[in-house]
Amino acid sequence: MGLIENKLPDNIFTTTLDNVINWGRRSSMWPVTFGLACCAIEMMACGAAKYDLDRFGIIFRASPRQADVMIVAGTVTRKMAPVVRKVYDQMPAPKWVIAMGACATSGGIFNTYSTVQGVDDVIPVDFYIPGCPPRPEALYDALLALQEKIKKEKVVRA
Amino acid sequence: MDEKTINDSGKFGDILTINMGPQHPSTHGVLRLILDIDGETIVNATPDIGYLHRGVEKLAENRMYHQFIPLTDRLDYLASLSNNLAYCLAVEKFFDLKIPERANYLRVIFAELARISSHLLWLASHALDMGAMTVFLYCFRERELLLDLFEIATGQRMTSSWIRVGGIRADIPDEFINKAYEFIEIFSEKIKDYEGLLSKNRIWLQRTKGIGILTKEDALNYGASGPIMRGSGIKFDIRKFEPYCIYDKMDFEIPSFEDGDVYSRYLVRIEEMKQSNRIVKQALDELPEGPVMTDDPRVGIPSHEEVNERMESLIRRFYLMSKGFTPPRGDVYSSIESTKGELGFYIVSDGTEKPYRLKIRAPSFVNLGIVPLISKGHMIADMVSIIGSIDIVLGEIDR
Repeated sequence: MGLIENKLPDNIFTTTLDNVINWGRRSSMWPVTFGLACCAIEMMACGAAKYDLDRFGIIFRASPRQADVMIVAGTVTRKMAPVVRKVYDQMPAPKWVIAMGACATSGGIFNTYSTVQGVDDVIPVDFYIPGCPPRPEALYDALLALQEKIKKEKVVRA
Repeated sequence: MDEKTINDSGKFGDILTINMGPQHPSTHGVLRLILDIDGETIVNATPDIGYLHRGVEKLAENRMYHQFIPLTDRLDYLASLSNNLAYCLAVEKFFDLKIPERANYLRVIFAELARISSHLLWLASHALDMGAMTVFLYCFRERELLLDLFEIATGQRMTSSWIRVGGIRADIPDEFINKAYEFIEIFSEKIKDYEGLLSKNRIWLQRTKGIGILTKEDALNYGASGPIMRGSGIKFDIRKFEPYCIYDKMDFEIPSFEDGDVYSRYLVRIEEMKQSNRIVKQALDELPEGPVMTDDPRVGIPSHEEVNERMESLIRRFYLMSKGFTPPRGDVYSSIESTKGELGFYIVSDGTEKPYRLKIRAPSFVNLGIVPLISKGHMIADMVSIIGSIDIVLGEIDR
Protein backbone atom coordinates (compact mmCIF):
# COMPACT_ATOMS: atom_id res chain seq x y z
CA MET A 1 0.00 0.00 0.00
CA GLY A 2 2.93 2.26 0.66
CA LEU A 3 3.37 3.39 -2.98
CA ILE A 4 -0.10 4.69 -3.65
CA GLU A 5 -1.30 5.42 -0.13
CA ASN A 6 -3.10 8.78 0.19
CA LYS A 7 -1.72 9.93 -3.17
CA LEU A 8 -4.52 9.55 -5.70
CA PRO A 9 -7.37 11.98 -6.42
CA ASP A 10 -11.06 11.31 -5.79
CA ASN A 11 -12.68 9.52 -8.72
CA ILE A 12 -14.89 6.51 -9.35
CA PHE A 13 -11.96 4.14 -9.50
CA THR A 14 -10.26 5.25 -6.27
CA THR A 15 -13.48 5.45 -4.23
CA THR A 16 -14.40 1.94 -5.29
CA LEU A 17 -10.93 0.70 -4.52
CA ASP A 18 -11.13 2.30 -1.06
CA ASN A 19 -14.48 0.66 -0.45
CA VAL A 20 -13.11 -2.75 -1.36
CA ILE A 21 -9.98 -2.35 0.76
CA ASN A 22 -11.97 -1.09 3.76
CA TRP A 23 -14.48 -3.89 3.37
CA GLY A 24 -11.62 -6.37 3.56
CA ARG A 25 -10.00 -4.68 6.54
CA ARG A 26 -13.12 -4.34 8.64
CA SER A 27 -14.50 -7.79 7.89
CA SER A 28 -11.56 -9.69 9.29
CA MET A 29 -10.16 -7.78 12.22
CA TRP A 30 -7.78 -9.95 14.16
CA PRO A 31 -7.13 -8.65 17.65
CA VAL A 32 -3.93 -9.65 19.38
CA THR A 33 -4.62 -11.47 22.65
CA PHE A 34 -3.16 -9.01 25.07
CA GLY A 35 -4.87 -9.68 28.37
CA LEU A 36 -3.32 -7.83 31.27
CA ALA A 37 -5.80 -8.13 34.13
CA CYS A 38 -9.48 -8.54 34.97
CA CYS A 39 -10.73 -7.16 31.64
CA ALA A 40 -8.97 -10.00 29.86
CA ILE A 41 -11.46 -12.44 31.36
CA GLU A 42 -14.35 -10.47 29.89
CA MET A 43 -12.44 -10.36 26.61
CA MET A 44 -12.17 -14.16 26.70
CA ALA A 45 -15.87 -14.40 27.51
CA CYS A 46 -16.49 -12.25 24.46
CA GLY A 47 -14.74 -14.74 22.25
CA ALA A 48 -16.39 -17.79 23.83
CA ALA A 49 -19.68 -19.58 23.44
CA LYS A 50 -22.34 -17.06 24.46
CA TYR A 51 -21.04 -13.90 22.80
CA ASP A 52 -19.03 -15.41 19.96
CA LEU A 53 -16.94 -12.77 18.23
CA ASP A 54 -16.24 -15.11 15.31
CA ARG A 55 -19.49 -14.14 13.66
CA PHE A 56 -18.03 -10.71 12.93
CA GLY A 57 -14.90 -12.25 11.48
CA ILE A 58 -12.99 -11.36 14.63
CA ILE A 59 -10.58 -14.08 15.67
CA PHE A 60 -8.07 -13.68 18.48
CA ARG A 61 -4.52 -14.07 17.34
CA ALA A 62 -1.72 -14.80 19.76
CA SER A 63 1.03 -13.22 17.69
CA PRO A 64 1.17 -9.45 17.13
CA ARG A 65 2.72 -10.00 13.69
CA GLN A 66 -0.55 -11.26 12.28
CA ALA A 67 -2.88 -8.97 14.18
CA ASP A 68 -4.34 -5.60 13.30
CA VAL A 69 -6.31 -4.63 16.39
CA MET A 70 -4.88 -4.42 19.88
CA ILE A 71 -7.31 -4.62 22.77
CA VAL A 72 -5.48 -3.37 25.85
CA ALA A 73 -7.48 -5.23 28.48
CA GLY A 74 -6.36 -4.33 31.97
CA THR A 75 -4.05 -2.23 34.08
CA VAL A 76 -0.84 -1.06 32.41
CA THR A 77 1.92 -0.78 34.97
CA ARG A 78 5.21 1.01 34.56
CA LYS A 79 6.99 -2.31 34.24
CA MET A 80 4.54 -3.44 31.56
CA ALA A 81 4.43 -0.21 29.52
CA PRO A 82 7.59 -0.90 27.47
CA VAL A 83 6.20 -4.34 26.61
CA VAL A 84 2.90 -2.82 25.48
CA ARG A 85 4.82 -0.44 23.24
CA LYS A 86 6.97 -3.26 21.87
CA VAL A 87 3.97 -5.41 21.02
CA TYR A 88 2.32 -2.41 19.38
CA ASP A 89 5.41 -1.73 17.30
CA GLN A 90 5.52 -5.34 16.20
CA MET A 91 2.07 -5.11 14.66
CA PRO A 92 2.01 -4.33 10.94
CA ALA A 93 0.12 -1.24 9.75
CA PRO A 94 -2.76 -0.53 9.48
CA LYS A 95 -3.43 -1.06 13.19
CA TRP A 96 -5.96 0.15 15.68
CA VAL A 97 -6.06 0.16 19.47
CA ILE A 98 -8.97 -0.24 21.84
CA ALA A 99 -8.42 0.69 25.49
CA MET A 100 -10.71 -1.65 27.38
CA GLY A 101 -11.80 -0.71 30.88
CA ALA A 102 -11.15 2.08 33.33
CA CYS A 103 -7.51 1.13 33.99
CA ALA A 104 -6.41 1.20 30.37
CA THR A 105 -8.40 4.39 29.84
CA SER A 106 -7.29 6.44 32.81
CA GLY A 107 -5.64 4.27 35.44
CA GLY A 108 -9.01 3.65 37.04
CA ILE A 109 -9.02 3.14 40.77
CA PHE A 110 -5.29 2.46 40.82
CA ASN A 111 -3.84 5.93 41.19
CA THR A 112 -0.47 4.74 42.45
CA TYR A 113 3.25 5.01 41.90
CA SER A 114 3.36 1.90 39.75
CA THR A 115 0.41 2.38 37.42
CA VAL A 116 0.39 4.18 34.07
CA GLN A 117 -2.55 6.59 34.14
CA GLY A 118 -4.04 5.52 30.84
CA VAL A 119 -2.45 3.52 28.04
CA ASP A 120 -2.60 6.58 25.75
CA ASP A 121 0.60 7.73 27.44
CA VAL A 122 2.32 4.89 25.63
CA ILE A 123 0.44 4.15 22.41
CA PRO A 124 -2.26 5.99 20.39
CA VAL A 125 -5.79 4.82 21.19
CA ASP A 126 -8.80 4.74 18.86
CA PHE A 127 -11.55 3.75 21.25
CA TYR A 128 -12.02 3.89 24.99
CA ILE A 129 -14.44 1.56 26.75
CA PRO A 130 -15.61 2.59 30.23
CA GLY A 131 -16.41 0.02 32.89
CA CYS A 132 -14.55 -2.02 35.49
CA PRO A 133 -14.58 -4.44 33.78
CA PRO A 134 -16.80 -3.54 30.81
CA ARG A 135 -19.44 -6.04 29.85
CA PRO A 136 -18.81 -8.06 26.69
CA GLU A 137 -21.57 -6.03 25.02
CA ALA A 138 -19.47 -2.91 25.59
CA LEU A 139 -16.49 -4.51 23.90
CA TYR A 140 -18.80 -5.42 21.04
CA ASP A 141 -19.94 -1.86 20.76
CA ALA A 142 -16.36 -0.66 20.47
CA LEU A 143 -15.46 -3.28 17.87
CA LEU A 144 -18.52 -2.43 15.78
CA ALA A 145 -17.75 1.27 16.14
CA LEU A 146 -14.21 0.51 14.97
CA GLN A 147 -15.66 -1.22 11.91
CA GLU A 148 -17.64 1.93 11.17
CA LYS A 149 -14.49 3.98 11.55
CA ILE A 150 -12.52 1.76 9.18
CA LYS A 151 -15.37 2.01 6.67
CA LYS A 152 -14.86 5.77 6.42
CA GLU A 153 -11.07 5.75 6.16
CA LYS A 154 -9.30 7.00 3.04
CA VAL A 155 -6.74 4.50 1.83
CA VAL A 156 -5.55 5.39 -1.65
CA ARG A 157 -7.32 8.74 -1.87
CA ALA A 158 -5.56 11.85 -0.69
CA MET B 1 24.01 -22.97 37.41
CA ASP B 2 26.84 -24.33 35.29
CA GLU B 3 27.32 -22.90 31.86
CA LYS B 4 27.60 -26.30 30.29
CA THR B 5 26.01 -29.68 30.94
CA ILE B 6 26.68 -33.08 29.52
CA ASN B 7 24.12 -34.47 27.10
CA ASP B 8 22.99 -38.08 27.01
CA SER B 9 25.32 -38.60 24.10
CA GLY B 10 28.25 -37.46 26.23
CA LYS B 11 28.79 -34.20 24.34
CA PHE B 12 28.79 -30.78 25.94
CA GLY B 13 25.61 -28.89 25.15
CA ASP B 14 25.18 -25.16 25.46
CA ILE B 15 22.57 -23.79 27.77
CA LEU B 16 20.29 -21.39 25.96
CA THR B 17 18.38 -18.78 27.92
CA ILE B 18 15.06 -17.84 26.42
CA ASN B 19 12.23 -15.61 27.43
CA MET B 20 8.61 -16.68 27.82
CA GLY B 21 6.11 -13.91 28.35
CA PRO B 22 4.99 -11.45 29.57
CA GLN B 23 2.98 -11.35 26.35
CA HIS B 24 2.33 -15.05 25.87
CA PRO B 25 -1.09 -16.59 25.48
CA SER B 26 -0.55 -19.42 27.95
CA THR B 27 1.14 -17.67 30.85
CA HIS B 28 -2.30 -16.71 32.18
CA GLY B 29 -1.70 -13.02 32.41
CA VAL B 30 1.55 -11.17 32.47
CA LEU B 31 3.91 -13.72 33.98
CA ARG B 32 7.40 -13.75 32.55
CA LEU B 33 9.52 -16.87 32.73
CA ILE B 34 13.21 -16.98 32.06
CA LEU B 35 13.95 -20.47 30.82
CA ASP B 36 17.38 -22.03 30.66
CA ILE B 37 17.09 -24.81 28.16
CA ASP B 38 19.30 -27.58 26.94
CA GLY B 39 17.81 -28.44 23.58
CA GLU B 40 14.14 -28.83 24.38
CA THR B 41 14.69 -29.71 28.03
CA ILE B 42 14.26 -27.16 30.76
CA VAL B 43 17.29 -26.87 33.00
CA ASN B 44 15.98 -24.01 35.07
CA ALA B 45 12.91 -21.82 35.06
CA THR B 46 12.82 -18.48 36.88
CA PRO B 47 9.54 -16.63 37.18
CA ASP B 48 9.78 -12.84 36.89
CA ILE B 49 6.79 -11.15 38.42
CA GLY B 50 5.70 -7.57 39.00
CA TYR B 51 4.17 -6.78 35.61
CA LEU B 52 0.81 -6.20 37.29
CA HIS B 53 2.02 -4.54 40.47
CA ARG B 54 -0.66 -1.99 41.17
CA GLY B 55 0.22 -1.02 44.73
CA VAL B 56 -2.91 -2.42 46.34
CA GLU B 57 -1.35 -2.80 49.79
CA LYS B 58 -0.19 0.80 49.75
CA LEU B 59 -3.62 1.96 48.58
CA ALA B 60 -5.16 0.17 51.56
CA GLU B 61 -3.26 2.45 53.93
CA ASN B 62 -5.02 5.44 52.41
CA ARG B 63 -8.51 3.96 52.32
CA MET B 64 -11.12 3.56 55.03
CA TYR B 65 -11.84 -0.04 55.88
CA HIS B 66 -14.98 -0.34 53.77
CA GLN B 67 -13.43 1.59 50.89
CA PHE B 68 -10.87 -1.16 50.43
CA ILE B 69 -13.50 -3.79 49.53
CA PRO B 70 -13.63 -2.86 45.80
CA LEU B 71 -9.85 -3.26 45.62
CA THR B 72 -10.05 -6.81 46.97
CA ASP B 73 -12.24 -7.68 43.97
CA ARG B 74 -9.37 -6.99 41.66
CA LEU B 75 -6.84 -9.22 43.41
CA ASP B 76 -8.07 -12.62 42.36
CA TYR B 77 -10.51 -11.41 39.77
CA LEU B 78 -11.72 -14.90 38.95
CA ALA B 79 -13.37 -15.25 42.35
CA SER B 80 -14.00 -11.73 43.60
CA LEU B 81 -16.52 -12.81 46.18
CA SER B 82 -13.99 -15.06 47.92
CA ASN B 83 -11.65 -12.10 48.31
CA ASN B 84 -14.43 -9.90 49.68
CA LEU B 85 -15.18 -12.62 52.18
CA ALA B 86 -11.58 -13.08 53.29
CA TYR B 87 -11.09 -9.35 53.83
CA CYS B 88 -14.39 -8.83 55.64
CA LEU B 89 -13.76 -11.79 57.95
CA ALA B 90 -10.40 -10.27 58.88
CA VAL B 91 -11.91 -6.85 59.68
CA GLU B 92 -14.77 -8.47 61.58
CA LYS B 93 -12.22 -10.24 63.77
CA PHE B 94 -11.32 -6.82 65.25
CA PHE B 95 -14.87 -6.31 66.48
CA ASP B 96 -15.79 -9.88 67.41
CA LEU B 97 -19.04 -9.43 65.50
CA LYS B 98 -22.00 -11.75 65.31
CA ILE B 99 -23.07 -11.97 61.70
CA PRO B 100 -26.75 -12.72 60.97
CA GLU B 101 -27.33 -16.35 59.99
CA ARG B 102 -28.84 -15.52 56.60
CA ALA B 103 -25.83 -13.42 55.67
CA ASN B 104 -23.52 -16.29 56.61
CA TYR B 105 -25.43 -18.71 54.42
CA LEU B 106 -25.44 -16.30 51.49
CA ARG B 107 -21.72 -15.70 51.94
CA VAL B 108 -21.04 -19.42 51.69
CA ILE B 109 -23.35 -19.81 48.69
CA PHE B 110 -21.56 -17.06 46.83
CA ALA B 111 -18.07 -18.13 47.86
CA GLU B 112 -18.79 -21.61 46.52
CA LEU B 113 -20.36 -20.32 43.31
CA ALA B 114 -17.25 -18.19 42.88
CA ARG B 115 -15.15 -21.31 43.36
CA ILE B 116 -17.04 -23.10 40.60
CA SER B 117 -16.70 -20.08 38.34
CA SER B 118 -12.97 -19.83 38.98
CA HIS B 119 -12.36 -23.54 38.46
CA LEU B 120 -14.42 -23.45 35.27
CA LEU B 121 -12.25 -20.68 33.91
CA TRP B 122 -9.16 -22.59 34.99
CA LEU B 123 -10.37 -25.73 33.18
CA ALA B 124 -11.28 -23.70 30.11
CA SER B 125 -7.91 -21.98 29.77
CA HIS B 126 -5.89 -25.02 30.84
CA ALA B 127 -7.62 -27.18 28.26
CA LEU B 128 -7.26 -24.47 25.62
CA ASP B 129 -3.52 -24.35 26.25
CA MET B 130 -3.43 -28.08 25.57
CA GLY B 131 -5.37 -27.61 22.37
CA ALA B 132 -8.80 -28.72 23.58
CA MET B 133 -10.99 -25.97 22.15
CA THR B 134 -14.32 -27.66 22.86
CA VAL B 135 -13.77 -27.72 26.61
CA PHE B 136 -13.09 -23.99 26.51
CA LEU B 137 -16.41 -23.29 24.82
CA TYR B 138 -18.34 -25.68 27.08
CA CYS B 139 -16.86 -24.21 30.27
CA PHE B 140 -17.59 -20.64 29.25
CA ARG B 141 -21.15 -21.62 28.42
CA GLU B 142 -21.74 -22.74 32.01
CA ARG B 143 -19.72 -19.88 33.43
CA GLU B 144 -22.05 -17.42 31.76
CA LEU B 145 -24.95 -18.96 33.68
CA LEU B 146 -23.01 -18.32 36.87
CA LEU B 147 -22.20 -14.76 35.93
CA ASP B 148 -25.89 -14.20 35.26
CA LEU B 149 -26.58 -15.43 38.80
CA PHE B 150 -24.01 -13.00 40.20
CA GLU B 151 -25.53 -10.23 38.17
CA ILE B 152 -29.04 -10.88 39.46
CA ALA B 153 -27.88 -10.67 43.06
CA THR B 154 -24.99 -8.22 43.02
CA GLY B 155 -25.49 -6.16 39.88
CA GLN B 156 -22.04 -6.98 38.54
CA ARG B 157 -20.74 -9.92 36.58
CA MET B 158 -17.26 -10.14 38.02
CA THR B 159 -16.16 -7.44 40.43
CA SER B 160 -19.14 -7.33 42.71
CA SER B 161 -17.98 -5.87 46.10
CA TRP B 162 -21.09 -7.44 47.51
CA ILE B 163 -19.89 -8.85 50.82
CA ARG B 164 -19.47 -6.05 53.37
CA VAL B 165 -18.08 -5.78 56.86
CA GLY B 166 -20.93 -6.92 59.10
CA GLY B 167 -22.94 -8.80 56.52
CA ILE B 168 -23.73 -8.39 52.87
CA ARG B 169 -24.73 -5.39 50.81
CA ALA B 170 -28.35 -6.36 50.13
CA ASP B 171 -30.62 -9.38 50.25
CA ILE B 172 -30.95 -11.57 47.16
CA PRO B 173 -33.92 -10.97 44.83
CA ASP B 174 -36.68 -13.60 44.74
CA GLU B 175 -35.81 -15.15 41.39
CA PHE B 176 -32.27 -15.94 42.55
CA ILE B 177 -33.14 -19.11 44.47
CA ASN B 178 -34.89 -20.77 41.54
CA LYS B 179 -32.18 -19.81 39.11
CA ALA B 180 -29.52 -21.12 41.48
CA TYR B 181 -31.31 -24.47 41.77
CA GLU B 182 -31.58 -24.54 38.00
CA PHE B 183 -27.85 -23.98 37.71
CA ILE B 184 -27.06 -26.78 40.15
CA GLU B 185 -29.17 -29.17 38.08
CA ILE B 186 -27.57 -28.13 34.82
CA PHE B 187 -24.04 -28.08 36.16
CA SER B 188 -24.12 -31.51 37.77
CA GLU B 189 -25.00 -32.91 34.33
CA LYS B 190 -22.55 -30.80 32.35
CA ILE B 191 -19.56 -31.61 34.50
CA LYS B 192 -19.85 -35.18 33.21
CA ASP B 193 -19.29 -33.80 29.72
CA TYR B 194 -15.97 -32.23 30.69
CA GLU B 195 -14.84 -35.43 32.32
CA GLY B 196 -15.97 -37.38 29.29
CA LEU B 197 -13.91 -35.15 27.06
CA LEU B 198 -10.75 -35.17 29.15
CA SER B 199 -10.40 -37.73 31.94
CA LYS B 200 -9.71 -40.71 29.69
CA ASN B 201 -8.59 -38.78 26.64
CA ARG B 202 -5.27 -40.23 25.50
CA ILE B 203 -3.79 -36.91 24.43
CA TRP B 204 -4.83 -35.31 27.71
CA LEU B 205 -3.31 -38.15 29.71
CA GLN B 206 -0.03 -37.93 27.82
CA ARG B 207 0.17 -34.19 28.35
CA THR B 208 -0.67 -34.32 32.06
CA LYS B 209 0.29 -37.66 33.64
CA GLY B 210 3.72 -37.70 35.21
CA ILE B 211 4.29 -34.02 34.38
CA GLY B 212 5.32 -31.55 37.06
CA ILE B 213 5.41 -33.93 39.99
CA LEU B 214 5.34 -32.27 43.40
CA THR B 215 6.05 -34.60 46.30
CA LYS B 216 4.29 -34.42 49.63
CA GLU B 217 7.40 -33.13 51.42
CA ASP B 218 8.04 -30.43 48.85
CA ALA B 219 4.43 -29.31 49.00
CA LEU B 220 4.81 -28.80 52.74
CA ASN B 221 8.24 -27.20 52.51
CA TYR B 222 7.20 -24.74 49.85
CA GLY B 223 4.01 -23.81 51.70
CA ALA B 224 1.81 -24.78 48.79
CA SER B 225 -1.89 -24.71 49.55
CA GLY B 226 -5.21 -25.39 47.94
CA PRO B 227 -5.60 -27.83 45.04
CA ILE B 228 -1.81 -28.01 44.59
CA MET B 229 -1.42 -29.38 48.10
CA ARG B 230 -4.39 -31.72 47.80
CA GLY B 231 -3.07 -32.90 44.45
CA SER B 232 0.07 -34.02 46.29
CA GLY B 233 -1.84 -36.18 48.71
CA ILE B 234 -2.26 -33.84 51.67
CA LYS B 235 -5.83 -33.78 52.84
CA PHE B 236 -6.02 -30.24 54.19
CA ASP B 237 -8.72 -27.67 53.75
CA ILE B 238 -9.32 -24.62 55.95
CA ARG B 239 -13.05 -25.02 55.44
CA LYS B 240 -12.83 -28.31 57.30
CA PHE B 241 -10.06 -27.76 59.84
CA GLU B 242 -10.76 -24.18 60.85
CA PRO B 243 -14.33 -23.62 59.68
CA TYR B 244 -15.55 -20.09 59.10
CA CYS B 245 -19.10 -18.92 58.34
CA ILE B 246 -21.24 -22.07 58.31
CA TYR B 247 -18.87 -24.62 56.82
CA ASP B 248 -19.02 -26.67 60.01
CA LYS B 249 -22.71 -27.39 59.29
CA MET B 250 -22.11 -28.40 55.70
CA ASP B 251 -21.55 -31.95 54.58
CA PHE B 252 -18.74 -32.17 52.02
CA GLU B 253 -15.57 -34.05 51.33
CA ILE B 254 -12.03 -32.93 50.63
CA PRO B 255 -10.72 -34.57 47.49
CA SER B 256 -7.07 -35.49 47.43
CA PHE B 257 -4.95 -37.52 45.04
CA GLU B 258 -1.56 -39.03 45.65
CA ASP B 259 0.34 -38.61 42.39
CA GLY B 260 1.18 -34.92 42.67
CA ASP B 261 1.27 -34.41 38.92
CA VAL B 262 -0.74 -32.14 36.62
CA TYR B 263 -3.37 -34.81 36.16
CA SER B 264 -4.08 -35.22 39.86
CA ARG B 265 -4.45 -31.46 40.25
CA TYR B 266 -6.97 -31.61 37.45
CA LEU B 267 -8.84 -34.40 39.24
CA VAL B 268 -8.82 -32.42 42.49
CA ARG B 269 -10.37 -29.38 40.87
CA ILE B 270 -13.02 -31.37 39.04
CA GLU B 271 -13.96 -33.05 42.31
CA GLU B 272 -13.96 -29.71 44.13
CA MET B 273 -16.47 -28.33 41.66
CA LYS B 274 -18.77 -31.25 42.44
CA GLN B 275 -18.35 -30.70 46.19
CA SER B 276 -19.02 -26.96 45.81
CA ASN B 277 -22.17 -27.80 43.94
CA ARG B 278 -23.17 -29.97 46.88
CA ILE B 279 -22.48 -27.21 49.40
CA VAL B 280 -24.49 -24.67 47.43
CA LYS B 281 -27.42 -27.06 47.28
CA GLN B 282 -27.33 -27.71 51.03
CA ALA B 283 -27.04 -24.02 51.85
CA LEU B 284 -29.93 -23.15 49.56
CA ASP B 285 -32.07 -25.85 51.15
CA GLU B 286 -31.40 -24.59 54.66
CA LEU B 287 -31.29 -20.84 53.89
CA PRO B 288 -32.91 -19.12 56.90
CA GLU B 289 -34.94 -15.91 56.85
CA GLY B 290 -33.83 -12.75 58.60
CA PRO B 291 -31.66 -9.66 58.25
CA VAL B 292 -28.47 -9.71 56.18
CA MET B 293 -26.58 -6.92 57.95
CA THR B 294 -25.53 -6.89 61.58
CA ASP B 295 -27.30 -4.39 63.85
CA ASP B 296 -24.07 -3.72 65.76
CA PRO B 297 -23.85 0.09 65.72
CA ARG B 298 -20.06 0.11 65.36
CA VAL B 299 -20.05 -1.24 61.80
CA GLY B 300 -23.59 -2.18 60.73
CA ILE B 301 -24.78 0.14 57.99
CA PRO B 302 -28.55 0.80 58.37
CA SER B 303 -30.64 -0.20 55.35
CA HIS B 304 -32.42 2.34 53.17
CA GLU B 305 -35.78 1.44 54.71
CA GLU B 306 -34.49 2.23 58.20
CA VAL B 307 -32.92 5.45 56.99
CA ASN B 308 -36.24 6.56 55.58
CA GLU B 309 -38.01 5.93 58.89
CA ARG B 310 -35.60 6.89 61.68
CA MET B 311 -33.48 9.97 62.10
CA GLU B 312 -30.89 8.06 64.17
CA SER B 313 -30.35 5.58 61.36
CA LEU B 314 -29.83 8.40 58.91
CA ILE B 315 -27.18 9.95 61.15
CA ARG B 316 -25.57 6.55 61.71
CA ARG B 317 -25.43 5.80 58.00
CA PHE B 318 -24.01 9.22 57.19
CA TYR B 319 -21.41 8.86 59.92
CA LEU B 320 -20.30 5.38 58.83
CA MET B 321 -20.14 6.37 55.16
CA SER B 322 -18.19 9.58 55.65
CA LYS B 323 -16.07 8.96 58.75
CA GLY B 324 -15.79 5.18 58.63
CA PHE B 325 -15.38 2.94 61.65
CA THR B 326 -12.42 2.59 63.94
CA PRO B 327 -11.24 -0.84 65.09
CA PRO B 328 -9.23 -1.06 68.31
CA ARG B 329 -5.45 -0.95 68.17
CA GLY B 330 -3.85 -4.27 67.40
CA ASP B 331 -3.44 -6.73 64.58
CA VAL B 332 -5.40 -9.64 63.15
CA TYR B 333 -4.76 -12.42 60.69
CA SER B 334 -7.59 -14.30 59.15
CA SER B 335 -7.54 -16.72 56.24
CA ILE B 336 -10.04 -18.63 54.17
CA GLU B 337 -9.81 -21.45 51.69
CA SER B 338 -9.98 -19.43 48.51
CA THR B 339 -10.16 -21.07 45.10
CA LYS B 340 -6.37 -21.11 44.82
CA GLY B 341 -5.50 -21.97 48.41
CA GLU B 342 -5.06 -20.14 51.66
CA LEU B 343 -5.98 -16.50 51.16
CA GLY B 344 -5.13 -14.48 54.23
CA PHE B 345 -5.33 -10.86 55.26
CA TYR B 346 -3.05 -9.49 57.97
CA ILE B 347 -4.19 -6.07 59.16
CA VAL B 348 -2.44 -3.80 61.64
CA SER B 349 -4.70 -1.16 63.12
CA ASP B 350 -3.50 1.96 64.91
CA GLY B 351 -6.98 2.80 66.12
CA THR B 352 -7.85 5.14 63.26
CA GLU B 353 -10.36 4.59 60.45
CA LYS B 354 -7.62 3.48 58.04
CA PRO B 355 -5.39 0.40 58.36
CA TYR B 356 -1.82 1.12 59.41
CA ARG B 357 -0.58 -1.79 57.30
CA LEU B 358 -2.32 -4.45 55.31
CA LYS B 359 -0.60 -7.55 54.04
CA ILE B 360 -2.18 -10.04 51.71
CA ARG B 361 -1.10 -13.66 51.86
CA ALA B 362 -1.88 -14.57 48.28
CA PRO B 363 -2.07 -18.30 47.52
CA SER B 364 -1.00 -17.90 43.88
CA PHE B 365 2.21 -16.14 44.93
CA VAL B 366 3.24 -18.96 47.23
CA ASN B 367 2.14 -21.63 44.78
CA LEU B 368 4.13 -20.03 41.97
CA GLY B 369 7.26 -20.72 44.00
CA ILE B 370 7.14 -24.38 43.09
CA VAL B 371 7.51 -23.73 39.34
CA PRO B 372 11.34 -23.87 39.25
CA LEU B 373 11.24 -27.07 41.30
CA ILE B 374 8.69 -29.05 39.31
CA SER B 375 9.57 -27.92 35.80
CA LYS B 376 13.17 -29.17 35.80
CA GLY B 377 13.82 -31.85 33.23
CA HIS B 378 10.58 -31.38 31.35
CA MET B 379 10.06 -30.16 27.80
CA ILE B 380 9.16 -26.56 26.96
CA ALA B 381 5.69 -27.70 25.87
CA ASP B 382 5.16 -29.19 29.34
CA MET B 383 5.85 -25.81 30.88
CA VAL B 384 2.50 -24.67 29.54
CA SER B 385 0.76 -27.55 31.22
CA ILE B 386 2.62 -26.93 34.50
CA ILE B 387 1.75 -23.23 34.65
CA GLY B 388 -1.83 -24.08 33.76
CA SER B 389 -2.09 -26.67 36.53
CA ILE B 390 -0.91 -24.22 39.20
CA ASP B 391 -3.77 -21.86 38.34
CA ILE B 392 -2.14 -18.52 39.01
CA VAL B 393 -3.77 -15.13 38.90
CA LEU B 394 -1.31 -12.31 38.42
CA GLY B 395 -3.52 -9.73 40.07
CA GLU B 396 -3.07 -11.63 43.29
CA ILE B 397 0.63 -12.39 42.85
CA ASP B 398 1.76 -8.85 42.07
CA ARG B 399 -0.96 -7.09 44.08
